[in-house]
Amino acid sequence: MKFDRHFGIYGGQYVAETLMPALTELESAYREAASDPAFQREYAGLLRDYVGRETPLYFARRLSEYCRGAKIYLKREDLNHTGAHKINNALGQALLARRMGKKRLIAETGAGMHGVATATVAALFGMECDVYMGAVDVARQAPNVERMHALGARVVSVTDGGATLKDAMNEAIRVWTARCDDTFYVIGTAAGPYPYPGIVRDFQSVIGREARQQILEHEGRLPREVIACVGGGSNAIGIFAGFENDPDVKLSGVEAGGAGIATGRHAASINGGRIGILHGAKTYLLQDENGQVIDTYSVSAGLDYPGVGPEHCFLADCHRAVYHVADDEEAVAAFDLLAHLEGIIPALESSHAVAYAVKCAAEYSPEENIIVNLSGRGDKDMDNIRTYKESRKNGSNC
Amino acid sequence: MDRIAEIFHRCRRGNRRALVIFTVAGFPSFPACEEALEKAVSAGADIIELGVPFSDPMADGPVIADAGRRAIEAGCTLPGVLELAERFRKRHPETGIILFSYMNVMFHYGLEALCAELQRIGVDGILAVDLPLEEREELAAPCRAHGLHLIALLAPTTPPERAARILESASGFAYFVCVRGVTGVREGVESLLPEELRRIRSLSPVPVVAGFGIGSGRTASAVAAEADGVVVGSAFVGAQESGDPEALVSELARSIRAPKTEC
Repeated sequence: MKFDRHFGIYGGQYVAETLMPALTELESAYREAASDPAFQREYAGLLRDYVGRETPLYFARRLSEYCRGAKIYLKREDLNHTGAHKINNALGQALLARRMGKKRLIAETGAGMHGVATATVAALFGMECDVYMGAVDVARQAPNVERMHALGARVVSVTDGGATLKDAMNEAIRVWTARCDDTFYVIGTAAGPYPYPGIVRDFQSVIGREARQQILEHEGRLPREVIACVGGGSNAIGIFAGFENDPDVKLSGVEAGGAGIATGRHAASINGGRIGILHGAKTYLLQDENGQVIDTYSVSAGLDYPGVGPEHCFLADCHRAVYHVADDEEAVAAFDLLAHLEGIIPALESSHAVAYAVKCAAEYSPEENIIVNLSGRGDKDMDNIRTYKESRKNGSNC
Repeated sequence: MDRIAEIFHRCRRGNRRALVIFTVAGFPSFPACEEALEKAVSAGADIIELGVPFSDPMADGPVIADAGRRAIEAGCTLPGVLELAERFRKRHPETGIILFSYMNVMFHYGLEALCAELQRIGVDGILAVDLPLEEREELAAPCRAHGLHLIALLAPTTPPERAARILESASGFAYFVCVRGVTGVREGVESLLPEELRRIRSLSPVPVVAGFGIGSGRTASAVAAEADGVVVGSAFVGAQESGDPEALVSELARSIRAPKTEC
């Protein structure tokens, strides 16, 4: 896998000089750790015994019958400890932090899943932990705020800008700039300055490696298509990594269409953005006609981010992956469908991937299969779903 | 000799340091900002840094971040800042002008087009906050083509061998960030610097100015002992909001007129 400063024209290190030595230190520490069998052994051991890997690749029979097409398999990242794929990366980065002698972890979080994962590993390793979270997200993801508190982390509510994920990331970067000597910044998505996108991809690639082996065991053939939701894109890049050298496997990302691309209220950076620079990387970016980053919107807090991981931008440009859009309504419908047909309550983020899978499954024959990365569980979203449905009901009545 | 070199030359001849004043262009409005800049120049500012506000100012503390947000809300755009720069240049042919910006706003405008326009207006250079050595060439090439200085940044965290590489490509002047962290006035900035600043100044082919955290004549005076110039930003923006920008700049100018030597 590529581990370069840039992915095509994307990525890079657009940060203040103050942070450059910290990024250089991180890069060399990661390169050493990546080739150190003891580090890899410890990481793999904790993934197995603490996170609960490997996660199942589950054949969703009733959902497949409903769709009348390909067999739909779900990669059950929702069954990980803490309920999402985020722990794969948080655990890896915390091990790296410990190796580098850092005593304090900071993280940004949107839906709260990465914040919970980071708070969890901080507790595991006896580290201090501050999580930066937009005030809007603190309100709409209250159960996760409680979980972080229970784990001993401090949650800092960020009120700048739209008070969502990008603002939380700005604040985390500011804090890191002031304390990069003793603080490790655990970035939760496959974005940010080099070397983060590659590090996050590598730690999440366990999803793709397992899924490829599991589908061969189940079906004796590779999937036609691998589908994952994309905000910053960490779960997607993790599962794509397992299939990047299988040119016949289509890689499909699903961005958050929010209220619809045409309304301008969405979070679909690749489908609706232009090339720009945010949080240290060149990326497709949702911005206005003056180059100011715009506030994004999605029913799902975890996809509510105006940029996207640089490797996804590259994969989109060279057509190795295709990026689709599912809007709020489609995601909520997919949430209901999976809950009713399979008894699985997916995260609203993952529901975007399910929504697209339901549409594309019909294009294939029942002998063929597709894999959906079910990146997280939906318990955290129950309030959001109710609020969303109530507002729809009230809206249609007037 | 170009304008920036001329300014530092003039300062040396006058046995003083250069005073660099940063403001968020268009804060709180274009007319009010231009009025504050007039006061700054008449009170002794040698170089003006025109900050282009950006929605995500990750290197800025609360004062400048808030001023930027309000400037954007009041309709500030990069083309508007360029118009301000053009008017300022016509009034002040000898004052240095540096465009200070995050990359995205400039990238969105087009780096080549921007550099051509800055040359036409008579702006002297660009300082890109989020453009370290590793990404520098993208903007350095159009800057060279249009005779603009791309100001190099150094931080307290920059190791010596890296500082040497940064200074190799320095143009106009180099900017030493006095503090670990974002912009904003701090107490006791001066205690951190002398050694690093002295080291960087000894390596630098161009004058070295120091900024971030400097907000009073006392701090400026201490920093000026080791630098060719001092940059004041947050304190000036704060004075624009609720204070007297002219009095602040006068105090700063006095404080760096005859830099203290060890007594």
